[in-house]
Amino acid sequence: MKMTTFAALLAATTGLAAPAVAQDLHFPMLNYRTGPFAPGGIPFADGYQDYLTLINERDGGIGGLPIRMSECETAYNTERGVECYESIRGDNPLIIQPLSTGITYQLIPRVTADGVPLHTMGYGRTSAMQGETFPWVFNYPANYWDGASVAINYLLSQNGDSLEGKKIVLLYHNSAYGREPIPTLESLAASNGFELVLIPVDSPGQEQSSQWLQIRRERPDYVIMWGWGVMNAVAIQEAANIRFPMDHFIGIWWSGSENDVVPVGAGADGYTALTFHGVGRDYPLYDDIQTYVVDRGLAAGNGDQIGSAVYSRGLYAAMLAVEAARTAQELAGHAQINAAEMRAGMEALSITEERLAELGLPNFSAPFDVSCQNHGGGGAAMMQQWDADTQTWSLITDWIQSDRELIGELATADAAAYATENNITPGCL
Amino acid sequence: MSDNLLFAMEAALNGVTVGIMYSLVALGFVLIFKASGIFNFAQGVMALFAALTLVGLQNGQIPFAPIINAAFGTSIHNFGWNLPSLVAIPLTVLVMIGMAWAIERVVLKHLVNQEPIILFMATIGLAFFLEGLGDIMWGAEVKRLDVGIPQGMSSWVDETTYNLFGYGFFIDTLSLYALGIAAVLVTGLVLFSQYTKQGRALRAVADDHQAALSVGISLRFIWVLTWSIAGIVALVAGIMWGSKSGVQFSLSLIALKALPVLILGGFTSIPGAIVGGLLIGVGEKLFDFFMQPVIGGATENWFAYMLALVFLLFRPQGLFGERIIERV
Amino acid sequence: MLYREAGDFKTSYASDNQTFPIRFDRYAYWVVMAVAFLVLPMVMNDYWANSIVVPFMIYVIAALGLNILIGYTGLLSLGTAAFMAVGAYATFKLSTAFPAMPIYLVFILSGLVTSAVGVLFGLPSLKIKGFYLAVATLAAQFFLIWLFTRYGWFFNYSSTGQISMPERSMFGVTITGATASSTAVYFTCLIFTVAMAWLARNLTRGQMGRTWMAIRDMDIAAEIIGVNPLIAKLSSFAVSSFFVGVAGALMFGVYLGAVEAGEAFGINKSFLVLFMVIIGGLGSILGSFLGAAFLVVLPVLLKILLVDNLGWPADLARHLEIMIIGALIIIVLIAEPHGMAALWRTIKEKLRLWPFPH
Repeated sequence: MKMTTFAALLAATTGLAAPAVAQDLHFPMLNYRTGPFAPGGIPFADGYQDYLTLINERDGGIGGLPIRMSECETAYNTERGVECYESIRGDNPLIIQPLSTGITYQLIPRVTADGVPLHTMGYGRTSAMQGETFPWVFNYPANYWDGASVAINYLLSQNGDSLEGKKIVLLYHNSAYGREPIPTLESLAASNGFELVLIPVDSPGQEQSSQWLQIRRERPDYVIMWGWGVMNAVAIQEAANIRFPMDHFIGIWWSGSENDVVPVGAGADGYTALTFHGVGRDYPLYDDIQTYVVDRGLAAGNGDQIGSAVYSRGLYAAMLAVEAARTAQELAGHAQINAAEMRAGMEALSITEERLAELGLPNFSAPFDVSCQNHGGGGAAMMQQWDADTQTWSLITDWIQSDRELIGELATADAAAYATENNITPGCL
Repeated sequence: MSDNLLFAMEAALNGVTVGIMYSLVALGFVLIFKASGIFNFAQGVMALFAALTLVGLQNGQIPFAPIINAAFGTSIHNFGWNLPSLVAIPLTVLVMIGMAWAIERVVLKHLVNQEPIILFMATIGLAFFLEGLGDIMWGAEVKRLDVGIPQGMSSWVDETTYNLFGYGFFIDTLSLYALGIAAVLVTGLVLFSQYTKQGRALRAVADDHQAALSVGISLRFIWVLTWSIAGIVALVAGIMWGSKSGVQFSLSLIALKALPVLILGGFTSIPGAIVGGLLIGVGEKLFDFFMQPVIGGATENWFAYMLALVFLLFRPQGLFGERIIERV
Repeated sequence: MLYREAGDFKTSYASDNQTFPIRFDRYAYWVVMAVAFLVLPMVMNDYWANSIVVPFMIYVIAALGLNILIGYTGLLSLGTAAFMAVGAYATFKLSTAFPAMPIYLVFILSGLVTSAVGVLFGLPSLKIKGFYLAVATLAAQFFLIWLFTRYGWFFNYSSTGQISMPERSMFGVTITGATASSTAVYFTCLIFTVAMAWLARNLTRGQMGRTWMAIRDMDIAAEIIGVNPLIAKLSSFAVSSFFVGVAGALMFGVYLGAVEAGEAFGINKSFLVLFMVIIGGLGSILGSFLGAAFLVVLPVLLKILLVDNLGWPADLARHLEIMIIGALIIIVLIAEPHGMAALWRTIKEKLRLWPFPH
């Protein structure tokens, strides 16, 4: 009986896998609403879906063609990510955003072979900003090395442009993700004269008392955190416990969401994090979201994540994807674009102040351009700070630019190594 | 006193408190293993489920809200009331007892007299089931757990040690409370098992199921009782760990930290769980303190198991476990 | 009537000793081989090949290895994922250091490396027994993963700590890397699966298997009758680790292509393979296949059923999936505590007599 059900389903899905001839734009969503990192994945997925729903409801799609969203649950698991990719790759996907560094590394060779654009906004393989080696991978507007550099630039501005003699701890998740900023920070430590102490935290990071005892002993001036999931909340709690000054505790953008500070309560007041987009609901776009999405009962998930930090990130990612699709349609001259045309659109993407204002998101993003050589956008970010009384994030700086010269060097070296290892000849498509 | 020695003492002290937190989780395992010979893989998930239920009751969440909303198109989330912890905790205890009863009826009753590995597998199935159930009932977002236990640096310890040694030790107040609660819990459990009729029945069942049955002890009742107590212990562990890090999926992973404690202390001994916890906690922190400059951090995960392994090589049944007697 | 043994006479010792003495079994085996080698590659689409059949075969090899250790020798091991990681990293180091080496040889050598590591971590089994032995393998699990993330030599000092399989080919056909066709990957996994299953079946049927089973049943008695426990236990670890290492090598080399030790080979993977072995049936080669099918194919089928066909939201479907798998595990165990292989054996017993009831 098992064999016949097996065979029947085999036949059914073999039939289902044949691509349907449709007039729409397929935006697949590789979400994780379950699993250990669900608290981070749910708001991103909500934001992404809500923006795409808004475009469909308010504008009737992009260029007259509706957006078709397909959801695939990866649970942040690499194998399921592969399975999700395999299930959608025959269906003319226009852009894939896996929101997971592990899945990204899986997909980079596959999307290059299959010709599907991959957008890893603020995560993934940093050296993918070298578009000539990674023609199908984009990570605008900022990557991890940008984040490290912006954090140091912020600290420089707080210390009269000199960090000589200061001690900075990097508290990082003991994985590929957490180790990303180390080369950049080491090089910045050498050039700026501060002492860098590296303290790893084993996944999942539920128990960090050794690390924070060490921080207490070291008495650093600043702690920079590269955490994810429960590690963030525990770290902030421990920092509050040892009475570490919260405004000297800086987190990368994946350590700066409501999930990380709300469980800590009042102790998290003053915690600062990086962000490469605006925060809060104070943008005209949210009125549209309310009218066209929420009031029509089409809000994704529970509808309780609207306006949170990671929700805004999902919104941003969807906005960039839609703008790239628009650019692609203009370049191609027709509305039904395919993946290659979408890639060309992404490579020609230009986000300007005027366009952002038109979209209802003034100053939400730093303006940037994408080109064949630079898939990494501008590399600017802002600092946001948590107010435990009002339970909101607020921006405390304007856009801070990273040291793109230094980062460019590091990225070129890494991309060259990847190219030789994998027999790739860099060049523009 | 040299700085290093003071730091080591601080690390050791923190190791004691962390070890107690591990022991709280290990206690649940020990209880169930003693009474029914089952290694309850689901203990971590039970702690998570208990914490989720507590937070849900405190915040007046409607269980199964996502399914109800999806099925009927409604948009309800909360009942609207907030329960104080003093009411929510006993209600959660009732839920855990109900769960123990359901588990006994649905799973354990049918698996009487099976090999331990089969029972272990059944608890794995149970763990999966409870995990999915918890997510569907209460949602998968991070929740804040606050039952009024203070957190933060204990000023009392800080000042006292500063006056004594010239360096203020850091201990989390929550850990001190955990020490107290663990002491009360263990004392209660030991008193229960030594001096009450049901406690004796529990020890009888732990010794030999057949013999206990033949003197008229209701095996099924004892199992419900054991799983209820384990559920309550899981609730306590869930409250302690949830206050530290919020209630989310990773809470169920603390069971992995409790395994070396169990192995070191022996699967069948309550004092063993405590002693094992202390040894593992102190060992972990001291090893990290001394070896961090040499081999880098993040060694805690494997060191606990290595330590347990070394102890086992000298005492194969754990420190307090029953001697494994093999008859050929 | 269908499955009868009557009238099936053997005329030589060799035919009496064969793996499938009943004619029906033999024919079924050849039919399955024909379908796997000839029919499936024709009808299968890429999605099925890459997402369902290939991981199924890889997990079959891992489950075979673990079954030898737990099912046949009675040594509980929870370090399977770390040994798979050893296989994966060995493949990475060997294929990057010796680009000209044929990739199948690389996989086999990785298995041998894992064997050596497995013997090392199996040494405590000489002293520790039962559940407590799980600790030695858990120590291996956490220690090896830490080792692979800590020391740059293992991942060739890449800045990210991830390892990526370079593109390799054999006889002109690309086997690894993203451009490998799903047919090439499928056949690689199929060849290894068939070879490993053949090896496992014959080892467990032979003298070595009997020493293992003697250790499992009563190791002191086995020692008394002359079975050397050191050789038996360590050989079990060695063979089991070889299987698991090859599974890890294939998982990295042809299935995933890029791996990070902590995420791809964490403790969850160890538990997953353990579940496969127990659900499938301890001490049974067929059990490894059934268990792997249950835990690899079932979630995907459920997902296809719930999300694609019934249109439920993906996260609800995933939670229900987990609940259904948990419930199914309990139901299977209540119905047949010795796993699905035992269920199959019962069915075969009934078939022997069919259409008569007894």
